[in-house]
Amino acid sequence: MYDIKKIHQANSVQDVLRIIEENPNTKIISGGTDVLIKMKERKLKDVEIVSIGDISELKGISIDGNGTIIIKAATCFIDIITNADILRHIPTLAKACNQIGSPQIRNIATIGGNLCNGAVSADVVPILLVLDAELHINNVNGEVRIIDVNDLHTGPGQTSLDDGKEILTEIHIKKVNYQGYGFDYFKYGKRNAMEIATLGCATGVKLNEEKNKIADFKISYSVAAPTPRRCRSLERLIIGEDVSQDTINLIKPENIEELKPRDSWRASKDFRLQLIKEIGRRTAIEAIRSQGGM
Amino acid sequence: MLKIIKLKVNGKVNEISIDDRESLTDTLRNRLGLTSVKKGCEAGECGACTILLDGKTINSCIYLTVWAEGKDIITVEGLATENNDFLHPIQKAFVEEAAVQCGFCTPGLILTTLELMNTGKKYTREETREAISGHLCRCTGYENILNALDKIVGPEKS
Repeated sequence: MYDIKKIHQANSVQDVLRIIEENPNTKIISGGTDVLIKMKERKLKDVEIVSIGDISELKGISIDGNGTIIIKAATCFIDIITNADILRHIPTLAKACNQIGSPQIRNIATIGGNLCNGAVSADVVPILLVLDAELHINNVNGEVRIIDVNDLHTGPGQTSLDDGKEILTEIHIKKVNYQGYGFDYFKYGKRNAMEIATLGCATGVKLNEEKNKIADFKISYSVAAPTPRRCRSLERLIIGEDVSQDTINLIKPENIEELKPRDSWRASKDFRLQLIKEIGRRTAIEAIRSQGGM
Repeated sequence: MLKIIKLKVNGKVNEISIDDRESLTDTLRNRLGLTSVKKGCEAGECGACTILLDGKTINSCIYLTVWAEGKDIITVEGLATENNDFLHPIQKAFVEEAAVQCGFCTPGLILTTLELMNTGKKYTREETREAISGHLCRCTGYENILNALDKIVGPEKS
């Protein structure tokens, strides 16, 4: 039996917003694969929840006239992994989603939940950071706030969402941020399934026409700082450089200001520093190769 | 809070009273007597409580019963034939390949196999390994389970 005080059922986004406004401290729950586990662990007690898993306006993937890919927040990972548009334009997003939990988890867990949960190790976040995804957040006043996914995470398990007033509804990925880019994501874990990342890294690379210079470079890490984050200090060093092993070798912790890995029972700080270098370089090379370079 | 709901399980609609805080695992076991749904880790890791919900496998331990109203639930009991005298082809494959030892993970694995079978596709050994990654088996070492899956959804032998 879960320690739930009251369950509200919502049928629309408007419904959810009304419920969270009328009942402060109500937790929004979608697939439940994180929230219910928190109740089991007694990190959440005697809570009111509002279920959004069956709201159809929060499900689905589409492309608008400008080529922007729109993923609704309560879309399950299995639907992202198997979506033809995602597989054609951003296969790395499908790859990242496919590394979450197990098939049973991916059948029910949602992309919005992975974001709003605020986990440092969230698998879908690094790739969304390098895609500069835009988050559409609806509030109780009927307004839509749009933020850069890079501004979502504020600390471990914390986000800039105002819990009593807001709900994430859509994730937008603009064409300029995926077209012409090669991406890669690498999750380091001790086993292949049911694993929480020891460290994760996503890269996005755009090459010049001759395929010998790096026109744009984006890199992000998870579990390497209190939040998943982009490493713009490193990006600045690499953009404009030749496509070469020397450029790849610039990827090392000494060149990254944003990261602050720590010791945990999953891995030591030293090991994480090694991983930052190693998987940063591997994903960068993979992304460059996918664009015909190196 | 006590609630009366209609739950469609194995093709039959049951009107039952439940506590709205209970997991689908508890409802299926304690209120409907469907004890093929096992309680293992109860945290969505071991896959012993796997059921089919609208044709997709989920861990019923981290799913609230109230969410299942209006959805279609299948447990291993639903594979039985009318007279209960034949095993389902998947069950038969598990028996033939000795894929069962203590049997605790078996109902969940059978339903994952059913989900794969229902796609009508054929799967390589690599793909079936990945497909059963949400099930823990502490007895068999998985090889015989994969052999059983091969019989049902594996590539045709030439």
